[in-house]
Amino acid sequence: MNALARLLDPSRTISLRRRLVWQFLVLSALLVVGLFLTVGWVADRASRASQDAVLGAAVTAIADGIRSVDEGLELELPYATFSMLSAMGEERIFYALSVGGRMLTGYEDLPQPASHPDGLQPVFWNARYRGADLRLAAVTRQMLVDNRSEPVVVSLGQTRLGQAAIARDTARSAAWAALAFLVLALPVALLAAQAVLSPIRSLADVVGRRGPRDLRPVRHHTPRELAPLLRALNGLIGRLRASLELAETFIFEAAHRIRTPLSLVRTEAELALSETTDPATRVRLRRMVRAIGESSRSANQILDHAMVLYRTDQFAAAALDLSNLVRAVVRAVRPLADMRDIRIVARGTDLPCPIQGDERMLEIALRNILDNAVKYAAPDGLIEVELTRSDGFAVFAVLDDGRGLSDDSLALMGRFRRGGNVGDTSGSGLGLTIVTEVASAHRGRFALSNRKTEGTCALLHLPLR
Amino acid sequence: MRFLLVEDSEDLARAVASRLAMEGHGVDHAPTLADARHFLETAPYDLILLDISLPDGDGRDFLARERAARRDTPVIMMTASASVSDRVSTLDQGADDYITKPFDFGELQARCRAVLRRRDGAVDSRRHFAGFVFDSLAATLSVGDETRELRARELRLLEILLSRPGQAYSKAHLIDRLFSFDEEVSDNAIEVYVGRLRRKLDGSGARLETLRGVGYRLIPE
Repeated sequence: MNALARLLDPSRTISLRRRLVWQFLVLSALLVVGLFLTVGWVADRASRASQDAVLGAAVTAIADGIRSVDEGLELELPYATFSMLSAMGEERIFYALSVGGRMLTGYEDLPQPASHPDGLQPVFWNARYRGADLRLAAVTRQMLVDNRSEPVVVSLGQTRLGQAAIARDTARSAAWAALAFLVLALPVALLAAQAVLSPIRSLADVVGRRGPRDLRPVRHHTPRELAPLLRALNGLIGRLRASLELAETFIFEAAHRIRTPLSLVRTEAELALSETTDPATRVRLRRMVRAIGESSRSANQILDHAMVLYRTDQFAAAALDLSNLVRAVVRAVRPLADMRDIRIVARGTDLPCPIQGDERMLEIALRNILDNAVKYAAPDGLIEVELTRSDGFAVFAVLDDGRGLSDDSLALMGRFRRGGNVGDTSGSGLGLTIVTEVASAHRGRFALSNRKTEGTCALLHLPLR
Repeated sequence: MRFLLVEDSEDLARAVASRLAMEGHGVDHAPTLADARHFLETAPYDLILLDISLPDGDGRDFLARERAARRDTPVIMMTASASVSDRVSTLDQGADDYITKPFDFGELQARCRAVLRRRDGAVDSRRHFAGFVFDSLAATLSVGDETRELRARELRLLEILLSRPGQAYSKAHLIDRLFSFDEEVSDNAIEVYVGRLRRKLDGSGARLETLRGVGYRLIPE
């Protein structure tokens, strides 16, 4: 009952399979009960019909054995009839013979039929007598007794213990057979439920296996019944693609519209700076240029961070060569280092370093580590980039010779946190958070520590393929 | 060097052109891709600065067509989008590098130099002055048979002074152009680099002169 209540609770998610099995079970149980009752009833009727035939024949035979003689009536008991009755099992037999309403012989208190039988055919009825159910038959014959025509009624009753037992047994056997069938059919029903539901699962698999950027309509062969679901799904995918395209166009357009005037402001400020000698104006213009640089860097990092979060959710790793990526990123950062007379020396990037990962995320991480090193390295300094392999990990190490870390390095990994000794350098404080997130998405780790000599050591561990 | 600047914002193009002229570069401005095609047919350029979003099309498609036609003038894309996938797609299309707007001119300069250096030999970057030859791409200064290596800031300083020999540049001006605006530097920081460049110029027939209260200038001895 509890299970049923749970099944009917609308807040629960429904299992189609469970529902199918439940329906099968309930229907089958009803069927078993129905079969039991029907078979019982039919068997009862059949046994009664055969009993009636025997009783009817017997009572007719007795009645036919009565002859009127001069002294009265003569009854010749038909022994064959009694042996037929005894063949029906351990039943008891009661009889009564009355003439014109007077009991002549037999059990005086044997129940009489409700209406007196007339005609030649026997009548049958049920009655309770001496603690047992009786089936009774009676037949009437008109006899000449003392020259008067009197009705002679012969009643014959038989218990029906054996008959009822047979009917019950038959019904029970039928029920057992049905139950056995049910037990055998249950696994078949489970299999059938599974087979009916398998197209749904295969459709779910096809949709589930898709990459995060795969927004093509689903072309999967499904049964006719699932076609509306597929159509609805494809409609949704279409709308999603349209809205994503709109969002991308919007972001691109917005970035373009904002960054172009910002570029103009920055360039004009630099030009103004080159044309003025007034110290106060110079300070103002420098501050302006600096603020623009800071805002665009922060915007970049926030976008990078959003991209990392998005790609972590939809993590789709592919085989790639970390050496290639490191070379590309070093190449992109080198001009920036050059501006500050900082040399970058890369080692270990000539050997392939196969890993499993998301290239865009990793590029963002490597770029952030290197940007950081360039930002905090000493002027005229040296940045060493090393790619090594150890214990199943690719180890990307960046060592600079800058001022090092003042705080506990872990505290720097939090969002918008910056070290306590960097007041004179601009930054958003998101960079290391991004790197840590990329590392953990790849089941790797990132650590920042002070070198024994001057400077910082950034270590990114990524599992080798 | 001769730049082709493909950018639809008239104001920004004018400002960038003036800023590049300050570095001693020649700049032609094409506001549309059609104009850019016209410019490229009529004159050779050392470098193209290409915006992505232009009134008559996408700069990346233009670049892809240029590369398909085997025209390989170096291209630096100016992207307004900072998204990595956009940056990567510009490189896939055949761009030599990209720079995100709004950009630092020092960075643009450094990227141009790096691109041209990779395209070794495409540009004659040598310049004769007094008794020395200055190669801005190789970052060398040759006096007679002797070749002297220049560090990045020494090179920048020499480039600036050589763009208008004889003109005096103030300390403040030099700092603006030598240092990134993100760095907080004192006016005296420039003296270190002036000192280093002076040593490299030893015996070259040119002199880096200090004009007290005014600044520095490069003159032949």
